[in-house]
Amino acid sequence: MEWTAPLLADPSLLFGAALLVMLAAILCAIVVSRKLLTSVALTGLFTLVAALWYIAMDAPDVAFTEAVVGGGVSTLILLGSILLTRESAEPVSPSRMVFPAIAVILAGVAILYAVGSIPGFGDPASPANASVGRDYLERTYKEVGIPNVVSAVLASYRGFDTLGETTVVFAAAVGVMLLLGFGERALGDPARRHEALNPDLVEEIDHHVVLRVATKIMIPLMFLFGLYVLFHGEVGAGGGFQAGVILAIALIVHALVFGLSETMRAFPAAAMRAGASAGVLIYAGVGVINMLNGGAFLDYDFLFPPPLEQALSGPDGHAGQHYGIIAIEIGVTATVASGITAIFYGFAGRAPDIASRGASRGPESGGGS
Amino acid sequence: MIGLEFLNIAPQRFAEQAPALVVVGPLIAACAAVLAPGRRWAWFLCVGASAFAFWMAVVLASEVARQGVISYAMGGFPAPLGIEFRVDALSAMFALLISGMAVLTAVFSGESLETEIMSSKHPLMQGGFLTCLAGLLGLVLTGDAFNAFVFLEISSIGVYAMIAMGGARDRRAYPAAFNYLIMGTIGATFYLIGVGFLYAATGTLNMADIAARIPTLTSDRSIEVGLAFILIGLALKAAVFPLHQWLPAAYSHAPSMIVVFLSATATKASVYLIIRYLSTVFAFDWQVETAFMAFVLAPLSVAGILICSMQAAVDPEIRRILAYSSVAQVGYMTLAIATATSAGVSAALFHLFNHGVMKAALFMAIGGAAIHLKSQRLSDFAGAAKSAPWTMTAFGIAALSLLGAPLTAGFLSKLRLIQSLVAADWGWAAAVIGLSSLIGVFYVGRIFEVVFFRSEPEGGSAVREAPVSILLPLWLLAIANIWFGIDATIPLGLAESAAGAVMGATTLSPAGAP
Repeated sequence: MEWTAPLLADPSLLFGAALLVMLAAILCAIVVSRKLLTSVALTGLFTLVAALWYIAMDAPDVAFTEAVVGGGVSTLILLGSILLTRESAEPVSPSRMVFPAIAVILAGVAILYAVGSIPGFGDPASPANASVGRDYLERTYKEVGIPNVVSAVLASYRGFDTLGETTVVFAAAVGVMLLLGFGERALGDPARRHEALNPDLVEEIDHHVVLRVATKIMIPLMFLFGLYVLFHGEVGAGGGFQAGVILAIALIVHALVFGLSETMRAFPAAAMRAGASAGVLIYAGVGVINMLNGGAFLDYDFLFPPPLEQALSGPDGHAGQHYGIIAIEIGVTATVASGITAIFYGFAGRAPDIASRGASRGPESGGGS
Repeated sequence: MIGLEFLNIAPQRFAEQAPALVVVGPLIAACAAVLAPGRRWAWFLCVGASAFAFWMAVVLASEVARQGVISYAMGGFPAPLGIEFRVDALSAMFALLISGMAVLTAVFSGESLETEIMSSKHPLMQGGFLTCLAGLLGLVLTGDAFNAFVFLEISSIGVYAMIAMGGARDRRAYPAAFNYLIMGTIGATFYLIGVGFLYAATGTLNMADIAARIPTLTSDRSIEVGLAFILIGLALKAAVFPLHQWLPAAYSHAPSMIVVFLSATATKASVYLIIRYLSTVFAFDWQVETAFMAFVLAPLSVAGILICSMQAAVDPEIRRILAYSSVAQVGYMTLAIATATSAGVSAALFHLFNHGVMKAALFMAIGGAAIHLKSQRLSDFAGAAKSAPWTMTAFGIAALSLLGAPLTAGFLSKLRLIQSLVAADWGWAAAVIGLSSLIGVFYVGRIFEVVFFRSEPEGGSAVREAPVSILLPLWLLAIANIWFGIDATIPLGLAESAAGAVMGATTLSPAGAP
């Protein structure tokens, strides 16, 4: 069995081990650092290394998601939340760390105890590869008719899970809108509009002609790439989730360079709120249509009434599956893009409040950067 | 079986889709509520969708009673390839409890939100509530271990924010919500790690399939560790002592609507998953599991019952008293489950149902009072029975039921609990429940003394009678507390068939007392 070979004999194992050591080191640095900005930057780094690791394990879909969600959007939102709080954490007294430390050590010991009985990575005889996993590989092309098995599992075989995950994004957006609002404070007071997001940046922005011009070129390309990822998910790595995140990042970059109020004029908060719920409605709506046509919920073979399905797909096509997957991926993209943008609006819209509060409190509590 | 079969009037094709519709209905309504033009529309959607879910749950329960276990293949892919909704009597009972409580909470929410949350945010609150409802219903219906994780998240994410919305009236809601967010996320992560181990060992995510494959495995290690992670994660979510610390603060500072619904359903859905894993996924007679129940679950339940009852007895705030009592009551349920007998599980489920009915009524009455009274201190409720007789009488009935007074629902289920413990030769455990009831007499007596016998303060009590839309669901619950105390056919029938469904016909030998 080659996966039990010594570390040095197998370069890919060595590579994996090196990445793992890096991950552990970054985690320690995140825990030790009291500067929140440093911690956030390190979490971004952590995700990128993790994404590399997933690539090394031949899981490009997971790596892609990790990179755009963890490295892109989470980092941005964490930065936004630091903007609203302070920049360093209070030291924790050692006595308060005793119980968490015991819990963490116990969990670690339990995992190490079980690791021995977990099959080797890539072992073709392991339960995960031998039973349901092999069924997916063998049956996808026959039953769903698309080449990317990962997309078939996510969108079709386990499409109900994906509906649930889209709902989680929707619920998170609803939660942030409840607590922080829709960024309406940034627009509400015309006198303060210009200071939305970052007053210093807005002052200086005219010196950054290169940045502005470059962003103007970049954003359409990002949109285009987002749409490519959305519609290319059937054949390659990608899909609605990643596409939604890329579209949201394009909007966030726009807000960072041109100011929040400019972005909110083009993409109003109300539209983002509507988009977040419309996406889930599209996804669940596809399922309801399937039920009306006599199938089970999310059985895309019943996307069209049976005679139409026959006419559209010919002898061995899967028209219902194709159109159904595209439709639900569009729903996922709508919810993720609008939901994340709404979350960003919620955080960034609070920035003027914080800026004015900081100014009135004096330099010791203002930005230290 | 459930006395509501007359509601099972859906056409056959419609009834076949009930397992999906019961979740999809509230989900679609949640999206629509967020888009609703005004708070009236959102409230209307909320009541309508909850009622629809309840109707579908009734259809499901009567179908299960008629034809046994219902399996519904999501996406038309049979398990284990696709995700399966597997509805047995246990799932049906929880679906009925959750959706029924949702209808009452939805009716209650209209007037209650009015005073607690600014009106432009009502659609979002109703949307979040319906999302949580869909999540809890999916959680108790799914037969897939990973799908259960997704629903666990759906039912929690919005709730964290909605608890924090209590911060407008009581700033302590913010740290409470943050603590719950951290603890809940740790719980969900532990559950997911456990599912990961099960998947590595069995190669499948379908619960029934996992159960079928476990006996064929040569090594038990990842199964043991998987079980440990899953149970710890769920115990956090179910607020089993000592993992309950998030609950008292979250329940005492959240908006009333959220507390009413959560206290009746949320921790109970996690108790459902614990029962599901202990009985269906892992074999109840498995050595590791028997040892776990006798030497870990039972002692922790006892500690939780006694310590939290005492904390309830000394706390000065009325909602926190009730929250601590909730943790103690969860202890009753896990203690009976730990006996691993059919009678024990059935008594636990019976008490769980009744506890939902009484706690919802108690928090609803407090929520009704909170329309005029911002404070939650018990002393500020002095003489409240004189200024708000209807609200406080219903409160009193539910409090008697919590105590276990004869002719209330609480009496019958507590009796069942004690009987099942004695039958399992756990006499000491029955004594613990008796002792905790004595402490209960103390804290319920304290509330009674203040509310009913103390004279109003100078200038009259600040508590006013709750509006009709609150009194209506409140009195329905109060009457249910008496009705089920005299004629317990409905809850007892549900609990017994649910316990029968998961424990099988064979009587399991009771685990030895620790």
